[in-house]
Amino acid sequence: MSFLEAKNICMQFGGLSAVDGASFHVDQGEIVSLIGPNGAGKTTVFNMLTGVYTITSGEMTFEGKDLTTMTPQQIVKAGISRTFQNLRLFPKMRVIENVLVGTHIHTKYNFWDGLFRTPRFKREEGAMEAKAVRILRSIGLEKDMHSYADSLPYGEQRKVEIARAIATDAKLILLDEPAAGMNPAESAELLRFIRELKDKGYTILLIEHDMSVVMNISDRIYVLDHGKMIAEGLPQEIANDPRVIEAYLGGEQKHAEGN
Amino acid sequence: MAMKKNTNRLLSSFESFCYKYRYIFAVIYVLLCVSIPFLGLNRVQTRLLMMIALYAMLGMGLNVLTGYTGLVSLGHAGFYGIGAYVCALLQVNAGWSFWPALLAAGVFTAFIGLLLGLPSLRLSGSYLSIVTLGFCEIVQMILKQWESVTNGNYGVRNIPTPHFFGIPLTAKNGGLLLLIVVLATLTALGCLALKNSNTGRVFFAIKDDELASTMMGINTSRYKIVSFVISAFITGAAGGFYSLVNGYIEPTNFVFNTSILILSVVIVGGLGTIRGMVFGAALLQLFPEVSRGLYEWRFVVYGLLLVLMMRFRPQGALGWRSTQPYHLSKQAKQILAQPETKKGGAA
Repeated sequence: MSFLEAKNICMQFGGLSAVDGASFHVDQGEIVSLIGPNGAGKTTVFNMLTGVYTITSGEMTFEGKDLTTMTPQQIVKAGISRTFQNLRLFPKMRVIENVLVGTHIHTKYNFWDGLFRTPRFKREEGAMEAKAVRILRSIGLEKDMHSYADSLPYGEQRKVEIARAIATDAKLILLDEPAAGMNPAESAELLRFIRELKDKGYTILLIEHDMSVVMNISDRIYVLDHGKMIAEGLPQEIANDPRVIEAYLGGEQKHAEGN
Repeated sequence: MAMKKNTNRLLSSFESFCYKYRYIFAVIYVLLCVSIPFLGLNRVQTRLLMMIALYAMLGMGLNVLTGYTGLVSLGHAGFYGIGAYVCALLQVNAGWSFWPALLAAGVFTAFIGLLLGLPSLRLSGSYLSIVTLGFCEIVQMILKQWESVTNGNYGVRNIPTPHFFGIPLTAKNGGLLLLIVVLATLTALGCLALKNSNTGRVFFAIKDDELASTMMGINTSRYKIVSFVISAFITGAAGGFYSLVNGYIEPTNFVFNTSILILSVVIVGGLGTIRGMVFGAALLQLFPEVSRGLYEWRFVVYGLLLVLMMRFRPQGALGWRSTQPYHLSKQAKQILAQPETKKGGAA
């Protein structure tokens, strides 16, 4: 049994099949990339995995638990967390507050503890802050901790989003185009950080367009096109797969050649 | 740009000044409150200060919902009215004394807040505001029509004077002013504690991005209802106090205009802040007093003020972001004090 397994998952919006019978699996400790042309259905797959959409048909399991019947909250508690293609930080909150919201589901004090500042509140809130500070330090955001999220440059905001996802204590992290909008130096830095996450025992499923990132980091790659998985394999195999090249660059014009 | 930098530096030094001497300010504030009965305020001044403190408290109540969680309510006069009627009727008809009646007013209004919070699970933005507007009208109708209980248009009269350990609290001896100042201060302290706890943080997260909050595993529906309940509790308690101000209440005290006035306090003062509620209440209560000369133009100026606010300072007069660093706990500071190691764990 795989860590994360999806079998024949389908997502239909009215008559449109955004994801049409895709199957894939992710093993513990892997970095798996999901690539494909624009509109292939990659983000839809993420939305299905995290419970934003209720899937039309198919099976999804995470550590043997059925994801299809779980609410988004239950899925986060089970250990899957994500980032978004278009940044979805809490822009008016500070960086550390963003990360603290990520730790929220593990808070061990209640409303009344917070209202009356009980010793339990102080102890638990302190522990959460300590955890947030550790995460921020490991991702290199220590100096920006007190800043408001919307005052940071784009690349840094992406990092805050990853930090926030880690803070939920997820085992599997879904990264939706983390290198988008980053310059080469920033994406090299991101590459290093994602590798570190893997070394710490996180499993990562990644959507990415930056091929230098994908080819460098992935253990395996899946290629999605028009909602179907058209290829799967090691980075080298994918780079040379004619179906993938066709999906990205358009097919060879056989008829035109015939004339 | 340079001007903005200067403003920021000024704000920063002002804030650190306030923070540094916060205990001194607190002592001054308490002394000032205690001396209220001996200040020799006349009737008009006492009433004005009472209304400012009352509207600051109402503002803080709505602020929990609108400023923190981002749900705009146009129906808070409904909660206000329920609180006032529950408090007044329990005293006049059931013979309760003021203190338990005040608590009951808060708790009962909080329960109504829970019920009104339920539609908020499915509605957002202006749709929710329309529901709250309808709620306010329903409350108004019930207060007018349910004559056997509410006494209809005549309202509730002869609400007794509350006593605190045998001392009567009246407008004349400054007791009522002291009471509302204490209530408003307790509310402010509660809001401050709320803001700096996980619940308040989640409220702000929901306001900023509800989907992202859900993706952090947060049950946003539950927190929206909690927000409604807290907001209704504060507003109901403020209503309970209001029943004492004139010694009588009637349905027309709690109409749509009252809702708008409360909302204006929040918007003009600064969404999400506590200082803003006090400032907004003071401004909106003082304005009619100082502008008696331009009586006919009052609402023109008032409307213009709101339009200009919305255009040039949507965050409210005192709605600035703190320039001070986040107050970290000891545990977090210890971690920062440790030298950074390459292996610093993320988990």
